Amino acid sequence: MEEKTKAGSKRTKLGFWKWAIASIVLRLILSYFSKYLNLSSRPEVSTPLTSLRRLAEGYWLKQLSISPYSGSMYHGSPLLLSILGPLTAKKIEGHASHLLCSLVSVIADFISAILIRATGHILVTAHGHSLKALGLDKLFKDTEILPSGDIAALVYLWNPFTIISCIGFNTSPIENLFVILSLYGASAGLVPLAAFGWVIASHLSLYPLVLVIPVIFLLGYGLDAPPRKLFVQSNLLVGEERSKDQVGVKNKPIKTTNFAWRRVVLFFFWATIWITYVLILCAISMKDYGGLAEMFKRTYGFTLTVKDLSPNIGVLWYFFAEVFDFFRNFFVIVFHVNILFMILPLAIRLNHRPCFLVFVYLAISSMLKSYPSVGDSALYLSLLVLFVNELSEMKLSFFLFCGYVGVSLLSPVMHNLWIWRGTGNANFYFATAMAYASFQIILVVESVSAMLNYDRKIRKLCTTPL
Amino acid sequence: MSRLKFSFLLFLILLWGSESTAEEEKEANEEFTEALLLRPLPDRKVLAHFHFQSSAPPTQTYGRHHYIFPKSIYQLVHKFHIREMELSFTQGRWNYERWGGFDPISSSNAKPPGVELWADFDVPQNQVDDSWKNLTHALSGLFCASINFLEHSTSYSATQWSFQSSSSGKLRYGTLPREAVCTENLTPWLKLLPCRDKAGLSSLMDRPSIYRGYYHSQRLHLKSDEFDTSKISSSGIVLEQTLTVVLQPNTFSGKKLQPSWSLSSLFGRKVTGKCSLSNSSNVYVQFQQNLVSEENESREKSEAQKNEILIHEGSHNNPLFALSHPPKRVIKEVENFQKEGSILYEYSVEDYDEYGPFELGLRWKVPVIWSCQQAPLHASRFLLGSGNERGAIAISMKSTRSNDIEIAGLDDEKACSLRVGIFQVVPWYVKVYYHTLEVFLDGESQATMDNIEKIHVSPSEDKVSPGVMEIVLRLPCSVKTAALTLEFDKGFLHIDEYPPDANQGFDIPSAVVHFADFVANMSFEDNLSKEIPILSKLQEKIPVRSYTEVLLVPLTTPDFSMPYNVITMTCTIFALYFGSLLNALRRRRGEEERLLKGKGAEKGPLSLLLSRLSAKLRGKQWEPPKPSSSSSKKSSVNYKLVAKVVLVAGIAIVWQFYYQ
Repeated sequence: MEEKTKAGSKRTKLGFWKWAIASIVLRLILSYFSKYLNLSSRPEVSTPLTSLRRLAEGYWLKQLSISPYSGSMYHGSPLLLSILGPLTAKKIEGHASHLLCSLVSVIADFISAILIRATGHILVTAHGHSLKALGLDKLFKDTEILPSGDIAALVYLWNPFTIISCIGFNTSPIENLFVILSLYGASAGLVPLAAFGWVIASHLSLYPLVLVIPVIFLLGYGLDAPPRKLFVQSNLLVGEERSKDQVGVKNKPIKTTNFAWRRVVLFFFWATIWITYVLILCAISMKDYGGLAEMFKRTYGFTLTVKDLSPNIGVLWYFFAEVFDFFRNFFVIVFHVNILFMILPLAIRLNHRPCFLVFVYLAISSMLKSYPSVGDSALYLSLLVLFVNELSEMKLSFFLFCGYVGVSLLSPVMHNLWIWRGTGNANFYFATAMAYASFQIILVVESVSAMLNYDRKIRKLCTTPL
Repeated sequence: MSRLKFSFLLFLILLWGSESTAEEEKEANEEFTEALLLRPLPDRKVLAHFHFQSSAPPTQTYGRHHYIFPKSIYQLVHKFHIREMELSFTQGRWNYERWGGFDPISSSNAKPPGVELWADFDVPQNQVDDSWKNLTHALSGLFCASINFLEHSTSYSATQWSFQSSSSGKLRYGTLPREAVCTENLTPWLKLLPCRDKAGLSSLMDRPSIYRGYYHSQRLHLKSDEFDTSKISSSGIVLEQTLTVVLQPNTFSGKKLQPSWSLSSLFGRKVTGKCSLSNSSNVYVQFQQNLVSEENESREKSEAQKNEILIHEGSHNNPLFALSHPPKRVIKEVENFQKEGSILYEYSVEDYDEYGPFELGLRWKVPVIWSCQQAPLHASRFLLGSGNERGAIAISMKSTRSNDIEIAGLDDEKACSLRVGIFQVVPWYVKVYYHTLEVFLDGESQATMDNIEKIHVSPSEDKVSPGVMEIVLRLPCSVKTAALTLEFDKGFLHIDEYPPDANQGFDIPSAVVHFADFVANMSFEDNLSKEIPILSKLQEKIPVRSYTEVLLVPLTTPDFSMPYNVITMTCTIFALYFGSLLNALRRRRGEEERLLKGKGAEKGPLSLLLSRLSAKLRGKQWEPPKPSSSSSKKSSVNYKLVAKVVLVAGIAIVWQFYYQ
């Protein structure tokens, strides 16, 4: 990770836009040749939930006035079907062209990058403000504050995972876009936008549902800052000692300690509006095919019960292919509860850093998700880069970087050996999946402890008299 | 006294009843006929087609008791309200190119390998599936076969147009391509015949010689209109049992000459008379009209023509071949504009007995080469792609127009089109993308779907139902080749769902290709032939139908020995995640340092070394442990500890107290 961010910082000096446009051009070139790359059927890239090929099948069935969900092929949202479906059916010069779909994902990627950049700018300013409020700005003067937004956006654009999932004909760029939209809306204080992003993202891929907690914190407490207790303490200190020097900054930290109930209520109001809107649209498009119950069963039910056992980069497929049928339900519950169990402790411990909490939740869900793809890791990796300044002392970052590179090189090799050549074994591929899961776990744990250490450092600096 | 009266009354009633049935007996009675059709095939083989038909009059007029008709079949029909049913056990594949694909026998008796069963029920729509399930179990017991595997909804499907019955939606179709067919299936089938294999034509069925053949298909076809209330006069239940075998006569007649054969050389047995319960017991020898000797054509053209004339005249002893017995009757097919007629020589077994068994022989005099009539298109099916992830199914159809088959009922060559119906069932673990359906005509991909007249797709549902595709293509007559491709992904199954020999692969059942515009039937002049079931069967108008190959799809297998390892290792990973994250969250820097210092102070040089090592590994400055100075802090910790212990103890006491 460290390497990447360093490379990113060098790039930003060369100019953000130049590199952003270069990445878009690269994507366009690659998507023109994507027919030969054959990425759309890679298990790393497209899952049963996100594959556009399955979406095309669903659209075709719908055109024949059969339910798009009949035939266990399509498991996505009916809204995506009506938006992207016509694009998949368009044929240019006789053969089906996916160029239009790739164009959509390129645009989605670009917008996501811009939103990440904007979020990063907001975060950096907030970071500076909070340091100033604590009176620590002088201490950090020698270490320059990196423009983490630019770096994160470039990491998002140039991450091989993002590029692969962008040209791999799947819907994960669009799902990522809505997650980022929600994050941006919440951090910029745009309540309807945040609600819209959250509702659509949860509708498309279910797991962003847990993001409601960080979004509420963002709207209620404001942006990422050191623990609120410190502001109170430093306020007292400042009030005692240096009340004459700094008057303007004094009010701000006190304001942040209050929970802005109005905005949260507004958020829920907007979320309700968007949910009803989405559900009505879905009900209209599913009217002849069994209604909303059928949709929930085929999309969320499929996600939660892990019915498809085709290999992917997660660990659940092999587990459920091997586990005894008697215990299946038990383990389905255990694995999903594992995501839910960690929500509360993380929310308590990191409630002052909601954006970071978003990263942690996304990383956890992309690890424990039933059908993970590299698109999910692309999203959380670029969000991680948003906290370059805070996580500069993260341990094991080089090891993790090497691990990610190693797994992403080994996993296709093992897949090839097992599926195409028949010389390997399912265990080889599963081993890479387990290694990948372990690296993700280490990444999450290390980044969380690095963030907590950073907070400790700030606290130490605040409490020790200057 | 009253009892006597009653019995007398009963006797009277019975007497009257028997008289009345005796009157009706002339109209409807149980009937059984047997017949054997022999036909030399172009590739030095012989087709033997046994045909047994038993019929029972309707229950309303005849009652429930039968003396010929098998009771088990009667009960089957009545229990499950079967309107029509066909069950076939086949081993080997019918060679459409050599043995013909455009005659009644190949259209109705060439069956896919393994077991094929379809049944049309006369029950309300919601009971059809239950009836089917019960029927499969009953048949499974009746025929000693694993037909009960067709019970699962993943193995059968509903068809709409592909089988001739009206599209009532009550027809179910299922196949078991891997079912091994052997004598254990033939014996129960023979038990349904009144004479079993003890007398009559069925006594020819010597097991070794039948199973030595190249193709073996035993079929059971049931038709009943007992439950059809709309019809006033029903014809009862008709049970048709056929056995079609292709045998190689084991004679050494040289390479050029077609092998000569006799019944005893084919079957190793002789017919010693008819089954005494059968109404008729005939043997037919059929010669197809394309019997043209190429050698004769080149050498003695005039003579060859003479030969043909002779065949037309129906002599049993002509320059081409000689039959050992003079036929009882010669039946000529009426030549129509579609095709030339063929000739049937009829023999009756009735005239023979144990002392003078019926021993028919055929001896070829000159080398003869001819070809059978082909269906308009020859269909074959194969898999595309490699690897265990995805692939494609291709059905290719080659035109056989060299045989000058005229298109039925179409005069204008420009508007001429060929309607081809394809019916394909795909198991659920082969996940077909129906939107990738592509039609190629003469090697060119057709962009638009103009060639598809109608299509019906019911996609497969994981672990619930197979994928069914029925499609009717309208092809131009001039087409040379047509192909159909469908892409698919291979599914991954749970370890319990794999069969014991998982690496052998999985079968995709045969696709059915049928030509709706073509009817394979013979038409005979004689009115007499209508009374004989086999001849009326040959005259029946059935669409030309052929089956494609069974496909073998290898699927990836997981490691079958790993469940415990996978469970434990995955759970370890989850424990690692849960534990380490929770630990990172609840750890406090102050406590940690204190703990470190306390330990460092207490322990000896080894732990010091260890802590120095760990500090080095972490890349931090190692600090020598200092003696803890703050005793007040320690005491506060002790207070807390004491408080905690007291709290826990209090809870325990309350708990104990409350539950006692």
